[in-house]
Amino acid sequence: MRKLVIVSVAVLMAGAALADEQVINLKKAPGVDKVEGNCGACHSLAYIPMNSPYLKPAQWSAEVDKMIKVMGAPIDAADAQAIKDYLAKNYGG
Amino acid sequence: MLTMNRRRFLGTSAAAGAALVGGLGRLPTAEAASAASQLTPGVPSGIASYVTMGTLPGKKPLIQLSDRPPNYEAPLEYFRTAITPNNEFFVRYHLAGIPEDIKAETYRLKVGGEGANGPIELTLDDIKKLPAIEVTAVNQCSGNRRGLSTPHVAGVEWGYGAMGCARWKGARLKDILAKAGIKKETIEISFNGAEGPVVEKTPDFIKSLPTWKAMDENTIVAYEMNGAPLPYFNGFPARLIVPGWTGTYWMKHLVEVNALTKPQGGFWMKPAYRIPVGEFPVVARFLTQEDATSTPITEIVVNSLITSHRDGAKVKRGKVTVSGLAWDGGYGIRTVDVSTDGGKTWVSAKLGQDHGRFAFRPWSFELNAKHGKNTVMVNATNRIGQTQTAKLLFNGAGYHNNVMQSITLVA
Repeated sequence: MRKLVIVSVAVLMAGAALADEQVINLKKAPGVDKVEGNCGACHSLAYIPMNSPYLKPAQWSAEVDKMIKVMGAPIDAADAQAIKDYLAKNYGG
Repeated sequence: MLTMNRRRFLGTSAAAGAALVGGLGRLPTAEAASAASQLTPGVPSGIASYVTMGTLPGKKPLIQLSDRPPNYEAPLEYFRTAITPNNEFFVRYHLAGIPEDIKAETYRLKVGGEGANGPIELTLDDIKKLPAIEVTAVNQCSGNRRGLSTPHVAGVEWGYGAMGCARWKGARLKDILAKAGIKKETIEISFNGAEGPVVEKTPDFIKSLPTWKAMDENTIVAYEMNGAPLPYFNGFPARLIVPGWTGTYWMKHLVEVNALTKPQGGFWMKPAYRIPVGEFPVVARFLTQEDATSTPITEIVVNSLITSHRDGAKVKRGKVTVSGLAWDGGYGIRTVDVSTDGGKTWVSAKLGQDHGRFAFRPWSFELNAKHGKNTVMVNATNRIGQTQTAKLLFNGAGYHNNVMQSITLVA
């Protein structure tokens, strides 16, 4: 079921280019692929630069945990750590 | 669980919204300016690295904070009238699963819950057959001005523009609830809209109101905004209007209303949308949801905004009209006071047309601009004597920022 949901999102995203889609070029650094693949499945990547550069590493970590525990994002532990490291290093305060 | 087809709207081009609103109107001045220059001073600097003006179907360009879910803020120049035009009204969603199209003909509103005598289903025509009332009211996002919090807090980093004021027409919620029949054990009424999550485990956006507020004569299910059908992205074909209370309760694309005999227990009631108990001078409380330390955000705190000029604007020496808007949680604006000496002395601004106690109240002030820097500071007072604050009342979600605004005009 989980796989199905993600696949359908990907298909829909392909159609989005027709309209007013936002282009977010995250900083190219280790982990950016994990951020784009996981975070970008459910919401715009704009939330990352929007909430920068003031979030401390602990706050970014808490945001990622919230997405997994509260919002139910299907992100495995290794990816979660890579995402936290990326955000703290590239968008932290 | 909704059966409606949830899809992202962006692939649908102009289909839904544009047809409903009809045309994009005059070419906005915002279009020429870069989006970064439209940002409120003080929001996180990261926004300027990506932000553009975005044009949703049926809308004029708005500051596109995020496209998925759509969060679009109105630039300052859209606040120069007390009534915000439909195509200038801000857009805010929590979840990116938004139906690509909702047809008025097939729309249904389900009313039920354990506190109701029986579930009923209403069509849009059923709702329109009920006595219609019109109320002019400010819809302000709870997180409006979150981006100005110091220290910054996580979330959608709104500047001044997550608000608008419109004439809303619809049926009273209490008349709709009466059709289902509400038992005396009911303590809250909950609301669900067609907006849904992308992954199943994400909590659906469901809100509740205390029964007394749900039954208020001004709480309506609106199908018209400023004399036209609701724009798609403002909740077509029907949304909840809760005058005086922040936008979180104003459920868009309202499809389900339930009478509850126990407090609604979802994420979006707790821990989301909460303020510390006792921090803000709010009269209206939501007691069935209140705990020892936190309570749901309820009414809008008294506030004002200078809309004629941006901070740092150049003006001519001599007489300059500085104007703006003031609003509150429905007590009505009594005075708007202006100081040009950093708050030592104050004079009353001239109040404009009164559109009702829930509406934006326009005000204006004649500044005698001197050579160099002129500061203009504004403080609104409502009819129960509440005023804006000199210092931010910090809270973790960045709500209720009604710090007196002060701008510098250079002559």
